[in-house]
Amino acid sequence: MTDLPAQKVDLKSILSTPARVDNSEGMSYLQSVPRRIVTLYIPLSIIVIILLFPFYWMGLTAIKPDDQLLDLDKYNPFWTWNPTFKHIHKLLFESYYPHWLWNTMYVAVGATVLSIIASVLAAYAIVRLRYKGASVVGGLIFLAYLVPPSILFIPLATVVFQYGLFDSPLALILTYPTILIPFSTWLLMGYFKTIPFELEECALIDGASRWQILIKIVLPLAIPGLISAFIFCFTLCWNEFIYALTFLQSTPNKTVPVAIVNEFVDGDIYRWGSLMAGALCGSLPLVILYAFFVEHYVSAMTGAVKE
Amino acid sequence: MADIALAPRRAKTEIREASAWDQLRHNKNWLGFWFMLPAMAFLIFFLAYPLGLGVWLSFTDTRIGRVGHFIGTENYEWLWDDSIFWLSVFNTLLYTSIASAIKFAVGLYLALLLNERMPFKALLRAAVLIPFIVPTVLSALAFWWIFDSQFSIISWSLKHLGLITQNINFLGDTTWARICVIFANIWRGVPFVAITLLAGLQTVQPSLYEAATLDGASRWQMFRFITYPLLTPIIAVVMTFSVLFTFTDFQLIWAMTRGGPVNATHLMATLSYQRAIIAGQLGEGAAISSAMIPFLLAAIMVSWFGLQRRKWQQGESND
Repeated sequence: MTDLPAQKVDLKSILSTPARVDNSEGMSYLQSVPRRIVTLYIPLSIIVIILLFPFYWMGLTAIKPDDQLLDLDKYNPFWTWNPTFKHIHKLLFESYYPHWLWNTMYVAVGATVLSIIASVLAAYAIVRLRYKGASVVGGLIFLAYLVPPSILFIPLATVVFQYGLFDSPLALILTYPTILIPFSTWLLMGYFKTIPFELEECALIDGASRWQILIKIVLPLAIPGLISAFIFCFTLCWNEFIYALTFLQSTPNKTVPVAIVNEFVDGDIYRWGSLMAGALCGSLPLVILYAFFVEHYVSAMTGAVKE
Repeated sequence: MADIALAPRRAKTEIREASAWDQLRHNKNWLGFWFMLPAMAFLIFFLAYPLGLGVWLSFTDTRIGRVGHFIGTENYEWLWDDSIFWLSVFNTLLYTSIASAIKFAVGLYLALLLNERMPFKALLRAAVLIPFIVPTVLSALAFWWIFDSQFSIISWSLKHLGLITQNINFLGDTTWARICVIFANIWRGVPFVAITLLAGLQTVQPSLYEAATLDGASRWQMFRFITYPLLTPIIAVVMTFSVLFTFTDFQLIWAMTRGGPVNATHLMATLSYQRAIIAGQLGEGAAISSAMIPFLLAAIMVSWFGLQRRKWQQGESND
């Protein structure tokens, strides 16, 4: 007789106990937890803290009472007791700040809308009409992206003066598109290329004109791209400084970045609270907008580089 | 019956010869011209024309409120002997090279860290980009406050740690002022480099790393021989942008130091603003900003040909 197995294999218990829990993906099992802490979490948190600290500091300064701002021995500067809205109140009700915010918004929206309209038409023509020399024009537009405003502001100042636009928001609405159009055209070209050509061919056979194709077929499909371009352009406008500094003169006409640098910087040692409150209020609209559209923003930024 | 007989005839009349207008309406070049018109108008009137005008202005003695006359290369000769101009060139090159190198190193490192699998990754990525969203001038003001000579939080912390006894005069000392503006520039630029490189990293196939692990590659070797070569094209583009915008930086300096102390942080852009707009010498300012053009062209060329050569070495087609 053949020997039967001496030990009975308990199949049931093996099958019922779950296998070792393994949630790791790919090759991450090769890394132990302590190693990940040293090589990943510690450096990452240091970098993130450095990147975010100025904003914490900005916000904290904006709500600190003046005596705590300047007396570093009595109070620990990293925190505040009895926060105050005095600085923000002063900013909103005793200065031109609401004017400046409104100017910035007006200029940013105006310039962005103009640029997006011009870029949609240009990008569609370059990618889909493919007229003679389209690729050369595409390359030139990319080169235009590389021309920095700090080379252009002196001659532009004379141009703006000649056209009688000096000290008017219109000067900014007309000059900002030179920064925005190259970028958004390049971005939208990438989006339009991904829309299947067959859709347009069908529409052409059905007798649609190029204009109808653009409005009714291409644009609805390119909405993510349009949002990306819009947000990125809006941020660029808000951030622009040198043109606004050069072309605007009178205090109520200024945009937020220029006004804060020029109007709040006086000899007063108590200026820090309102200065930081101004910086905070000028940043918040963008940060809120960004919080809602992170993915679009990132795709705009990376899309323009990858193309 | 009459209707039936009439119908084909009516249909027939609708097919007619394409008129010249119809042909034009469907002509690609004609349509393309009208579609391109708005963008081209902006770019020609407010970009190409001023670019040419700027070069022309640099050969004239134009001042604010006075039409200039052609004076040849006098502005450039004047600048050639101007020690402040040469100091600003030196500052610009120093600022660009140090800031770009560190931005690249830290940005790449941060991108590699963010590419790991971890909890709250999306949130972290969003937080990292915030310095890039907030207007540069406003964050520069925050740095101005952080680097204040009397109430700097850094001086306070170092004093309480017992490392220094006196406040550091961050923006009043030439060396410290340079370090501070370079730091602020790096702080502002790292998110851009990191997030764009991260987008590049995410396109690298994990199977390559698995194969390399089976072959016994170390982490450094995996980076050196897989990640880095595959990332080269995107690195070239990102660094071109980074160098370009660092070289022509204006707002960070203007908000933090306005070129001081003793011109130690004057870049070419801030110097041209000071000469052209504040002092009113438009011609001289235009000469300084035109002097930036050769440097910019050189930067574009280096990255462009660097990119081409890399592709050629890898034996890829130039697409």
